Amino acid sequence: MLKLDEIQMRLLREVADLHSVPEGAYNIRSNAHSAGRQSTANIEITPKTDVSGLEIRIKPGTKKESVHIPVVLTQTGLKEVVYNDFFVGEDADVVIVAGCGIDNCGAQDAQHDGIHRFFVGKNAKVKYVEKHYGSGEGSGKRILNPVTEVYQEAGSYVEMEMVQIKGVDDTERTTKAELAENAKLIVRERLMTHGDQRAVSVYNVALNGDGSSADVVSRSVAKGNSYQTFDAKIAGNAPCHGHTECDSIIMDNGRILAVPGLEANNLDAELFHEAAIGKIAGDQLIKLMTLGLTEAEAEEQIINGFLQ
Amino acid sequence: MLELQNISFQVADGSADKEIIRNVSLTIPDGRLAVITGPNGGGKSTLARLIAGIERPTEGRIFFRGEDVTERSITERARMGLAYAFQQPVRFKGIHVLDLLRIAAGKRIATADACEYLSAVGLCARDYIGREVNASLSGGELKRIEIATVLARNAALAVFDEPEAGIDLWSFQNLIAVFETMRAQMKDRSILIISHQERILNIADEIIVLKDGMVERQGAREDVLPALIGSSAAVHGCWKTEPKGANATC
Repeated sequence: MLKLDEIQMRLLREVADLHSVPEGAYNIRSNAHSAGRQSTANIEITPKTDVSGLEIRIKPGTKKESVHIPVVLTQTGLKEVVYNDFFVGEDADVVIVAGCGIDNCGAQDAQHDGIHRFFVGKNAKVKYVEKHYGSGEGSGKRILNPVTEVYQEAGSYVEMEMVQIKGVDDTERTTKAELAENAKLIVRERLMTHGDQRAVSVYNVALNGDGSSADVVSRSVAKGNSYQTFDAKIAGNAPCHGHTECDSIIMDNGRILAVPGLEANNLDAELFHEAAIGKIAGDQLIKLMTLGLTEAEAEEQIINGFLQ
Repeated sequence: MLELQNISFQVADGSADKEIIRNVSLTIPDGRLAVITGPNGGGKSTLARLIAGIERPTEGRIFFRGEDVTERSITERARMGLAYAFQQPVRFKGIHVLDLLRIAAGKRIATADACEYLSAVGLCARDYIGREVNASLSGGELKRIEIATVLARNAALAVFDEPEAGIDLWSFQNLIAVFETMRAQMKDRSILIISHQERILNIADEIIVLKDGMVERQGAREDVLPALIGSSAAVHGCWKTEPKGANATC
């Protein structure tokens, strides 16, 4: 049984779609303590002894299993740094669901910095889902600074879905990836900021092996007085294929800086970037209004679709 | 019924005002299919936008279903039963064809019902229902989806702004069939089409000729059409080629 209160359960639903204990391996961290942990025959979760965090070891060949490691934080003033290392064995095929929800009703900042490292074995396949969410009426900020490092061996495949839709006041997201031959990385980031929020997202992807590829795509909406930076760099150090894209909507006084970066260090590196920032097109609003939506409903529909 | 009373519309053109629509009065009774034709630049599309509420007239009144809607918003007019098909349909990233049809229907219609609207405009529903309404669709595909959204509205008055613009011959023939079906089923509903295609004029009950922002002629098709044949108000067809795949063969 999980020892979580209603607010913590709500956060858990927001960040990990969990209504109760998940199937498979899991660790649920609540206010700096483990509220429940389970390993399976193929996935072992053990706490680190030197620093706060976990080691998650997935046996080679593990198929169709999942790991949930959500974090909920409801204590104002709590600041934590957590180190989680994932060792994914060769030929494994797993889903990893992380994510952090902060509910801060107090005057002090609440902060969770999760440092996740993934060591992905040959031909292994990982789907990683990370959702961030904040709530609470307190004047203290809700701060999340995730660091994600991905080391992919030959032929491995990693798909990352990073979502932050609401309530996080300040975030600095750093993602670093190194890919060996024929490894493939797909990143889909969705971000919405509002109020006075600030979000910085930095990617550094090194395509080191022949035939490696990366596709890093961000869709974001900046409302209110919020500010976002999207800084995605792909370095092609071998015959490889890299694509980065930032597609953003600005509203109110929202501001966005997009810095797509490509570095070709090999003659056969093929690298592309796209970036587009703009407000919602007037015609889009008019079209939905002619279908009977109010302007506010039309706006919501467009944003929801865009961030889907 | 739609009634325009002495509608004028001016826009600022440098230091002077330019009059796009000049004192236009017309009535579209229930159960009628009316076509507004006339030379390019005559104000046809502007008139359609005024009816939909996208633009507001400088002078005059607009009555729809017995109510003065001149000051009503686009949304209010839509909710009163006015549908409007864009000449240049809009694209949306992340919104799917099914989403758009559900918004148009005003309720969460079943996928099978949504598919019927697509089939009616000659699209293979299975291939399109889950597609995003984005740049991956061709102009012709988008146009047919636009018309499907108007069908889903089940509106008292459906306004189509140059439905033939940007579509291929196959789609156009299908489009005529769509209008004929709508017309056969409309009873007390009405359709207003902005077009100068002869084949669309041929299915009209009434034709209104708009030139230089003014109604030059208005009346039953039999009375108005003969004089238009061969003029720019009744064009006999000029088609772009649509990429393969944009047809209903499932």
